[in-house]
Amino acid sequence: MKTIIFRTASDYLLPLLLLFSVFILLRGHYLPGGGFVGGLIASIAFVIHSFANGLEKTRNIIKFHPGFLMPIGLVFAIGAGAAPWIVGQPFMSGLWFDDPFPVIGMVGSALFFDTGVYLVVIGVSLTIIFTISETL
Amino acid sequence: MLLAILAGFILALFMPSLIKGLKGKSTIAVALLPFSLFVYFISFLPRISAGETIEFHWDWVPSLGVGMDFYLDGLSLLFTLLITGIGTLVFVYTSSYLKGHQYLDRFYAYLSMFMGSMLGVVMADNIITLFIFWELTSISSFFLIGFNNDSEPSRKSALTALGITGFGGLFLLAGMVTLGFITEEFQISSLSAMSGEIHAHELYPWVIGLVFIGAFTKSAQFPFHFWLPGAMKAPTPVSTYLHSATMVKAGIYLLARFTPVLGNHPWWNTTLIIIGGITMLYAALHAIFRLDLKGILAYSTISALGILTFLIGLGTTAALTAAAVFILVHALYKATLFLITGIIDHETGTRDVSKLAGLNKVMLPVGIAGLLAAVSNAGIPPTFGFVGKDLIYEATLHFDSMAWVLTGAAIITNVALLFAGFLAGIKPFAGKLPKAYAKVHLPPAAMWVPPMILAVLGMLFGMIPPLVDGPLIKPIVSALTLRTPDFHLHLWHGFNVVLALSVATIATGIALYFFIKPSEALLGRATRFEAISPHSLVRGLGRGVTWFSEKWTNFLQNGYLRYYLITILSFLTLLLAYRLFLGVEIYVDASTLSEITIYEAIIVTIMASAIIFTVFTKSRLAAVAAMGVVGYSFCLIFLFYSAPDLAMTQFSIDTLTVILFVLVIYNLPKYLNLSETRDRIRDGLLALVFGALISVLTLEVLNETVEKDISTYYAEQAYLLGKGKNVVNVILVDFRGFDTMVEITVLAIAALGVFSLLKLRLKSIEKE
Repeated sequence: MKTIIFRTASDYLLPLLLLFSVFILLRGHYLPGGGFVGGLIASIAFVIHSFANGLEKTRNIIKFHPGFLMPIGLVFAIGAGAAPWIVGQPFMSGLWFDDPFPVIGMVGSALFFDTGVYLVVIGVSLTIIFTISETL
Repeated sequence: MLLAILAGFILALFMPSLIKGLKGKSTIAVALLPFSLFVYFISFLPRISAGETIEFHWDWVPSLGVGMDFYLDGLSLLFTLLITGIGTLVFVYTSSYLKGHQYLDRFYAYLSMFMGSMLGVVMADNIITLFIFWELTSISSFFLIGFNNDSEPSRKSALTALGITGFGGLFLLAGMVTLGFITEEFQISSLSAMSGEIHAHELYPWVIGLVFIGAFTKSAQFPFHFWLPGAMKAPTPVSTYLHSATMVKAGIYLLARFTPVLGNHPWWNTTLIIIGGITMLYAALHAIFRLDLKGILAYSTISALGILTFLIGLGTTAALTAAAVFILVHALYKATLFLITGIIDHETGTRDVSKLAGLNKVMLPVGIAGLLAAVSNAGIPPTFGFVGKDLIYEATLHFDSMAWVLTGAAIITNVALLFAGFLAGIKPFAGKLPKAYAKVHLPPAAMWVPPMILAVLGMLFGMIPPLVDGPLIKPIVSALTLRTPDFHLHLWHGFNVVLALSVATIATGIALYFFIKPSEALLGRATRFEAISPHSLVRGLGRGVTWFSEKWTNFLQNGYLRYYLITILSFLTLLLAYRLFLGVEIYVDASTLSEITIYEAIIVTIMASAIIFTVFTKSRLAAVAAMGVVGYSFCLIFLFYSAPDLAMTQFSIDTLTVILFVLVIYNLPKYLNLSETRDRIRDGLLALVFGALISVLTLEVLNETVEKDISTYYAEQAYLLGKGKNVVNVILVDFRGFDTMVEITVLAIAALGVFSLLKLRLKSIEKE
């Protein structure tokens, strides 16, 4: 599958798809999208890259084992859930900044939670796919 | 007070690094923990003897009525003092007994964990908290019994003990919950006021039955007694601490604690008298024929626990006083005997009582401690044991019915116990020293001083009963009977029936000691009926269950994915078909369905042809690709019905699934036609039937009137509460955020599972 067209395309597709996945993640609260889909798109981006260039190259780009994204994501999600405790509200109540941020828009604990989901999904799918393709 | 109870757990955490820091030197310093707790608890003594009780509350799970509530009255105080006092001595003793042991740090960690849990049990004022600490004692006991984890009998015994006590613990939980259900009160100290209401309730027999099973398993009552002799595989300090002085008394504590609540009812009293009576006789007779010193002590401990159950069953003030005194008496002499056994084992390397003799010549202080303990055990004046035994006879003699039968049983038990005590405390030290043991020497003071202290206390309390009478025993009896008692402990009661019985007991016991010589032959005769003993029955049951589950698993879990699918699908099909057969009306109102558009018709055609292609293609990869087509077509259908979120997710998932399939299948050999035609027809039939049923089901769902409340609520509140316009996303991250969090955790666990399974397999292949 390592044709030159596919390989060249994958080099451009990876950053584009990753950007797209972040876009999907950010718009999730108002329009179709969200952390789960975003995570899946990001993992597809990496998988395409690994198909075109081989697993080793993709691993070199990521630098660390994708499995580490799972605990990081879980910490994000739990942190977003626990943050309201600091201001004396029950677990998982939504907290929002008063003013919208440039480009991103309204930021609240839900966004951090969704980012957690996003990271876990990338970690899970890449771990499974990489492990299987390595083993076989 | 919370800190005092949790100190054991906190220290257990740091114990490994602490012991490593001490580097085998002065590990004795660890004993400061129980000792400072002992001092802390003894500082309550004046207030408790003055009739006060000390309470502590800390809300834990208020919505469930569970609180860290603790309560210190006479009964708790006696137990806390035993736990911390004997704990101190055991900690000191261990520092020498396991000197330089590789896992000494672990051992101390388990011991302090146990101490913390045990303190929790005896001070808990909340029935759920009581249960939690109760289970913690079982668990720490499991670790301690299985401490020598490289020996198989040790592991087996630990498992048996955990199995039996854990089993009982579940019953106890059920009993506690039922009790809480009856009274809606979880505070033990407030329960006694509702005693009448509980007695009258129809669930009362259930409550006491469940509590009994909990207490009997923990305190090794017949027929659950067999785990205790097995538990003797543990190092001797453990047997001393857990299996004679404290943990096994947790069941007794429970019964005593609930006497004001559940007691004074014929069912309560009769059951306890019968079970306690059987246990004390059965175990006492068994103790006589054992050769292993620890075996003797284990059975005599079971018998002593039987006596305590029996006394609580009698339930009169005299009997409860006797029980309170006997708990203390027994803890003092039995712990001494266990510690001595440990010394003998440690120094001579054997525990066979028929081989041991004359050790007095080489370890006199140990011999003296043994003698004192054996004498206190025998109830010979002026020991504390004598006071205890007199009280027992007093209690049985003045019982309303069958006084002589009960007294007779108590006498037989006491004679046998006296014999067992002499075997353990005197026999190894008396007579001529065999040559083999000539080089045996006295162990370090850290080992022989603890039993000496206990033995001397047993003597001291006997000679001066007021030392314990007012401060300790009276508050206990008033806690148990809810009345202020008016008695005094005496060593000398004058010439009466009780004294005569005492003399007779002692004389018979000593005579027996000179007539019966323990030997293999006698042991063989005693264990003749092993085949029908509860232990063998439970073992058989265990084997049966294993056998059955093996057959069952081999039948269902055959390891072929296709058979799993067949099993699952046919079961579902049968279930659904049965339900439909029972007469669910299938009715489709064509007018409510929307019209079929040309796009939908095209999509369905594509799907159908893709499926047919999948079934008949000869190439795996083509089949996977065709399945992908089916998946993408689904996405389009979702889009038609305005579910873009669903479509997006489905689309990405399908892509990943196809990739996964390709990854796996790419490496398999190319196949042409592996399954036989007959199998294919069978699978096809099943698939068709199942598909048809699902279609029917879907049509059926359309007929149900759908509750729109929830979806309207979410749609309305999504922006107001969740500040989002995409309702699906708001539900995921906000309304049902907790579900999502658990789901991503599950996902992560699944990924770890895949990772470790495949990597493990890879490693084992690499090894070959």
